[in-house]
Amino acid sequence: MSAVQETVAQVRAIDVDQYKYGFVTDIESEKAPKGLSEEIVRYISAQKNEPEWMLEMRLDAYRRWLTMREPTWARVSYPKIDFQAYYYFARPKAAPKSIDEIDPEILKTYAKLGIPLRERDALLGIENTDRPKVAVDAVFDSVSVATTFKAELAKAGVIFCAISEAIREHPELVRKYLGSVVPVSDNFYATLNAAVFSDGSFVYIPPGVRCPMELSTYFRINEKNTGQFERTLIIADEGSYVSYLEGCTAPQRDENQLHAAVVELVAMKDAEIKYSTVQNWYPGDKDGKGGIYNFVTKRGDCRGDNSKISWTQVETGSAITWKYPSCILRGDNSSGEFYSIAISNGHQQVDSGTKMVHLGKNTSSRIISKGISAGRSNNTYRGLVSAHKKATGARNFTNCDSLLIGDTCGAHTVPYMEARNASAMFEHEATTSKISEDQLFYCLQRGLSQEEAVALIVNGFVRDVLQHLPMEFAVEAQKLIAVSLEGSVG
Amino acid sequence: MLDIRNLHARIGDKEIIKGLNLTVPAGEVHAIMGPNGSGKSTLSYVLSGKEDYEVTAGSVMFDGRDLLALTASERAAAGVFLAFQYPVEVPGVANMTFLRAALNAQRRTRGEAEISTPDFLRLIKEKAPPLGISQEMLRRGVNVGFSGGEKKRNEVLQMALLEPKLCILDEADSGLDIDALKVVSEGVNALRSPERSMLVITHYQRLLDHIVPDVIHVMHQGRIVRTGGKELALELEETGYAAYGADAA
Repeated sequence: MSAVQETVAQVRAIDVDQYKYGFVTDIESEKAPKGLSEEIVRYISAQKNEPEWMLEMRLDAYRRWLTMREPTWARVSYPKIDFQAYYYFARPKAAPKSIDEIDPEILKTYAKLGIPLRERDALLGIENTDRPKVAVDAVFDSVSVATTFKAELAKAGVIFCAISEAIREHPELVRKYLGSVVPVSDNFYATLNAAVFSDGSFVYIPPGVRCPMELSTYFRINEKNTGQFERTLIIADEGSYVSYLEGCTAPQRDENQLHAAVVELVAMKDAEIKYSTVQNWYPGDKDGKGGIYNFVTKRGDCRGDNSKISWTQVETGSAITWKYPSCILRGDNSSGEFYSIAISNGHQQVDSGTKMVHLGKNTSSRIISKGISAGRSNNTYRGLVSAHKKATGARNFTNCDSLLIGDTCGAHTVPYMEARNASAMFEHEATTSKISEDQLFYCLQRGLSQEEAVALIVNGFVRDVLQHLPMEFAVEAQKLIAVSLEGSVG
Repeated sequence: MLDIRNLHARIGDKEIIKGLNLTVPAGEVHAIMGPNGSGKSTLSYVLSGKEDYEVTAGSVMFDGRDLLALTASERAAAGVFLAFQYPVEVPGVANMTFLRAALNAQRRTRGEAEISTPDFLRLIKEKAPPLGISQEMLRRGVNVGFSGGEKKRNEVLQMALLEPKLCILDEADSGLDIDALKVVSEGVNALRSPERSMLVITHYQRLLDHIVPDVIHVMHQGRIVRTGGKELALELEETGYAAYGADAA
């Protein structure tokens, strides 16, 4: 058998069954009744002691959602989702008040997750002086269970807390910005999220402040048949800077679990937000059974002049990924970046990319996308770059590379470009390649094992993106890439 | 060192090596010459363990071991090195990273400790300059954007670092101008030692002026048809391979 054929066979044999976060934590939880209705929306809002305006926003979203239809334009296929078959709210019984009161089972779960280690340490209250401090907000099913280093952040004036807490404690900020980047009726899943979002993280960086540590949120779905709808809102006020990391895992289940998050970023004048994601939701088993349906709306608004938003993502999990982290380049001279590594194996389907909407003058954007397909997966890059009439001097550079491992997977690139003024300059480069027999043999002949050879070649392929991740995250991502492709290896 | 007996190998349905016998003692440099399509490159792939090539009969003993029972990476760790005619590009992987990964992979397979960073840097500093390999070439992706000469020099650098027992050089002179040929041959000659054997595969006599072999074999239709001293190369240069039934080159 040739090396590539063998690689393919091994992908089939091992692939996604290797998911190591597929354990279930045995804790008691409270759930709202199954299904979705106005009562459930009211129930969720009441559970969180929300003010009237928040309930109104949810109800408005729910009513709009009823009139909307699921989008079908993405290159993914799955059986029709029965939205009444999910639980829309679950939380561990006995909601914790401080980190010491968190159910030890939940802490054990985070300990078991291992990645990223420093988050676990932070959650467990271990201060490791060798590593930079990272403040963590941990979301378990529908509820934020712990936020660390709050006091230290408060000294700098930074607000970092669960969004449910922010709605109660900082209503003026939340009302001003929530829904201002992703409007309530933006799209089917975002509207659903607006109606039923349970928790998520809230960040506010005051003017001129450079956030003293990395902020991080760790999402975990635990309950069976539970949808997770988290909502994240990050505001970087004038001249401020923040770097934010997001990680996700879920147990291994035969049923598909639903995840529809919304992330809104607002960067004011001279502010910069760097948002990094390592997405490792359960991808389903080798026959394509189970796995997370991940329908996510992420958008950043470069609202002020000279502002900058940078998205970096490493996508390795989920049965279905539908995700386009985007930038609205509203302020003059603002810039947006999108660096992405999307790996699909087994029966995973990925339709992901970005939108760069140039509205201000001399705005610039940069897109580097690396897709790796193995097994029987399909991996699509879908991107839009547009320049408004007034966006004179808009510039974009796009580079989309796809790497195929084996001959039963697919890679697709769907770029859209719209320039409404003559001074816009858009560049687009795209390549599709395969790990060739010759490359593999060259590495083997020098003594590398099949596994080491594939990992080396793939890491070389994604290097341009990896270097944009925060240092420690990059090391973890590199390991995750190797694990995701184990089996395409020897 | 290397003992090949009655080797038959094919790719797909096509038999290419048809009963080849060859013995290369330790410390000797043997050249294999022959017309296009005589099976020279196939022999190098079969010895280094490339899949797609199926051995249907015969045996290959290497350093007292049954070579054919080992995988390609095990053969590399056991000391078989193939300098490729067309070295392959590995984009995004720094040449230096690749060299170290290869060296450590071989060491692990042999049950040895990995090389430390300072030791590795020292080793590179010693081996790279004589081959005219700059720091910049070490930082670039493996063979990416290398000229023909740079690629061949890079192969010799790998050989010098990995210190194999058997070096197989497949058309080491192809694509080289005379200056590059000198650098490459000097690099190869510096690696000649009583413990190391070499198999130099070439179409032309030119290379053998620089890397002077102890023995020359003529290969034709998957077999060694003649064996002689270095004067055989000169004779072939005169007469061509026509005497062996090949079309005049």
